Amino acid sequence: MDVLGTVRKWLDERIGLHGLVEFMEHKKVPQHRYSHWYFFGGMTLFLFGVQVLTGILLLLYYRPSPNEAYESVEYIMTQVRFGWLIRSIHSWSANLMILTASVHMFSVFFLKAYRKPRELTWLSGMLLLFLLLGFGFSGYLLPWNTLSFFATKVGTDIAGQVPVIGKWISVFLRGGEDVTGATLTRFFGFHVAVLPGIATALVALHVLLVQRFGMSVPPSVEAEWEARPSERREMRFFPNFLLRELMAWYVALAILGGLAAFKPWELGTKADAFASAPPGIRPEWYFMFMFQTLKMIPPKIWIFDGELLGVLGFNAAFVVWVLLPFFDRGPGGRAQRWVTGAGVFALGYVVVMTVYAYFAK
Amino acid sequence: MVCRGAKNALIMVALSCCLFLLAAPGLPAQAKNSCINCHGLFDPPLGINAEEFAGSIHAQKGLLCTSCHGGDSSSDDMTQAMGKAAGFRGHIERAQIPALCGKCHSDAAYMRGFNPSVRTDQLSQYQTSVHGKMLAKGNSHVAVCIDCHTTHNIHPPNDPRSSVYPANVARTCARCHANAEYMKDYKIPTNQFALYSTSVHHEALAVRGDLSAPTCSTCHGSHGAAPPGVASVERVCSTCHVFQQQLFDSGPHKAAFGAMGFPGCITCHSNHAIQHPSDGSIGTGNTAFCVRCHVEGDAGYTAAAGMHAGLVKLDGEIQRSEEILKRAQVSGVEVGQTAMALTEAQDDLTKARVAIHSARPDAVDQNIQAGLKVTDKTWQAGLAAMKELKYRRQGLVASIVAIVLVLIALAFLIRKIEAPKPGETK
Repeated sequence: MDVLGTVRKWLDERIGLHGLVEFMEHKKVPQHRYSHWYFFGGMTLFLFGVQVLTGILLLLYYRPSPNEAYESVEYIMTQVRFGWLIRSIHSWSANLMILTASVHMFSVFFLKAYRKPRELTWLSGMLLLFLLLGFGFSGYLLPWNTLSFFATKVGTDIAGQVPVIGKWISVFLRGGEDVTGATLTRFFGFHVAVLPGIATALVALHVLLVQRFGMSVPPSVEAEWEARPSERREMRFFPNFLLRELMAWYVALAILGGLAAFKPWELGTKADAFASAPPGIRPEWYFMFMFQTLKMIPPKIWIFDGELLGVLGFNAAFVVWVLLPFFDRGPGGRAQRWVTGAGVFALGYVVVMTVYAYFAK
Repeated sequence: MVCRGAKNALIMVALSCCLFLLAAPGLPAQAKNSCINCHGLFDPPLGINAEEFAGSIHAQKGLLCTSCHGGDSSSDDMTQAMGKAAGFRGHIERAQIPALCGKCHSDAAYMRGFNPSVRTDQLSQYQTSVHGKMLAKGNSHVAVCIDCHTTHNIHPPNDPRSSVYPANVARTCARCHANAEYMKDYKIPTNQFALYSTSVHHEALAVRGDLSAPTCSTCHGSHGAAPPGVASVERVCSTCHVFQQQLFDSGPHKAAFGAMGFPGCITCHSNHAIQHPSDGSIGTGNTAFCVRCHVEGDAGYTAAAGMHAGLVKLDGEIQRSEEILKRAQVSGVEVGQTAMALTEAQDDLTKARVAIHSARPDAVDQNIQAGLKVTDKTWQAGLAAMKELKYRRQGLVASIVAIVLVLIALAFLIRKIEAPKPGETK
């Protein structure tokens, strides 16, 4: 017997590997004209893995204090072998992960994959997306450069606009009245301990729920299959779907490598708390649609503060968005048309405002 | 209803009185100034702008019209207010103005009550100035206090509204000194302001807002205004340009300029229209100052050419390093530390440019060589960065090739797995 076979037998006798492989071989994935959207969830999971791995490597050298943070990242990028690659991949992977997670969310939304009994899968996914945004916001400050320092000031200022609890949120996030070294250590704690802990548990729950209910088939395909059962197509999860997923992961890896080599993530200049904010301060691209909206809202709308109304509006919109599946009353109904319309509007708004933000003066 | 309104009005009045009484101790006591009643309505020269006067430093400190003009401003009776018995002086002759202002401004004990650190030597300084000396000789056209400080709208010199605020001084002097008609009897140029407006000093003060940059009074003095003589030019410039003066004094030009009666710094740099010097200011080119005295073949000519070559070489090396580091940075290779090191070479270049004032090639070369050592290292670091960039891109190409091969292998594997087995229909 070969070595691999021996190891496999050894494991099989102890953890029932055979049963697991058999289970995966029996697990089926629907095969239809929208199947390719399924890959974005897996790609997001892959990029999450890349983040964990590169994040751990960065932790070996990063020092979370205002006097050392910038220098330690500079050290990683110039002195540590392949440090530049690891840091660039970590930054690019974070952005790609938010992109793939957003694509995954909108594909789930428009393919109606949130329908009963998958509402909890949608909710856990939405929570994960918010966590990813939290990862992005907290990680942005860690290099302690000028851009991130002032963007964090603006970001926490906006959080402070929330009525009643805004001030408390702002002080809690900053670790005081202003963005200081206390904010840096706090964000570091969120970024490497609090958020990963919650995210890992939520990823496990999300994957478990996907496993429990299987892949959702879009209503239009489901109707076609019911009308013509002979057209129903499925593929085995293992190895057929998994090999395709693997191909998607490799494509993501190639994109990451290309971005890291041709457009390494810049470090910028070290933050100076006493300097005035440089022109052109703006957040990461995934917050740009909100940033642009808040910029465009007039300072006063009737007797209310414009920015406050904007912040409240976004909070309300996010709550509605998360709860949209519960308004969907099934195929053909008026409610479903409204929900789909809201989705089209949301997607259009986010895309248009993001693009506009980069072209607006 | 009426009764209730009256009651409310009474309460308001009572509250207002209380507030006034509470606020009153914090306000300076304002004596009656009846002069304004009439002179606030007149046109000049008898009229004054009451609002402007109220904002002036004198009014702010509680001074009245009577402080300068005499009289009794507490009386509404014109004959009493402007009567001789009340010491009314009326119009003050120009020749009397410095003494009148000096009555308070030269009284240290009196002025201490307003500002303990205020200077009180203005009158004595003025008496040593060209203005003061000519006034003493009976020329009342020369500047007296009010020509620079204005009459009723006087502000402290650190107030941007003041005519003697650093950024306003040159324009204030130019009111007379750029007026060819007014200055025709004095046989002095009137283009100083036009020349100064093109200078590096004006650019620093007016464009960059550097209030410490020189204006007319910085070199000529304010109350003691006079042209710096040939002997004192160098000392005037060195109040700011300390190193340049020390180096000049240590070099051969000091004695040579003295022997020829050249006025130090301005021999090369001129006076009012001082431009930012360039590396072309030294050497043997068309823009070089040196060729005004030195001719081909003399030692100074050779030294100037050598110093110019050194500056140009170091400047070129710095630019070469900057260019390669910029390319590396734009391409994503972190070169922040090397760029920081390159600032040392920039410092050496600055030191070499300052050392030019010694006119000693060895002193200049010492800084040039130190800078070249730095640029050699930064250039090597730039080359290494470009090599690293090439290595990264080659690595990427190798990785992409490997990934594509894996993708092809996976595609074949999937095809093989999904191929219909013999006897099986798809």
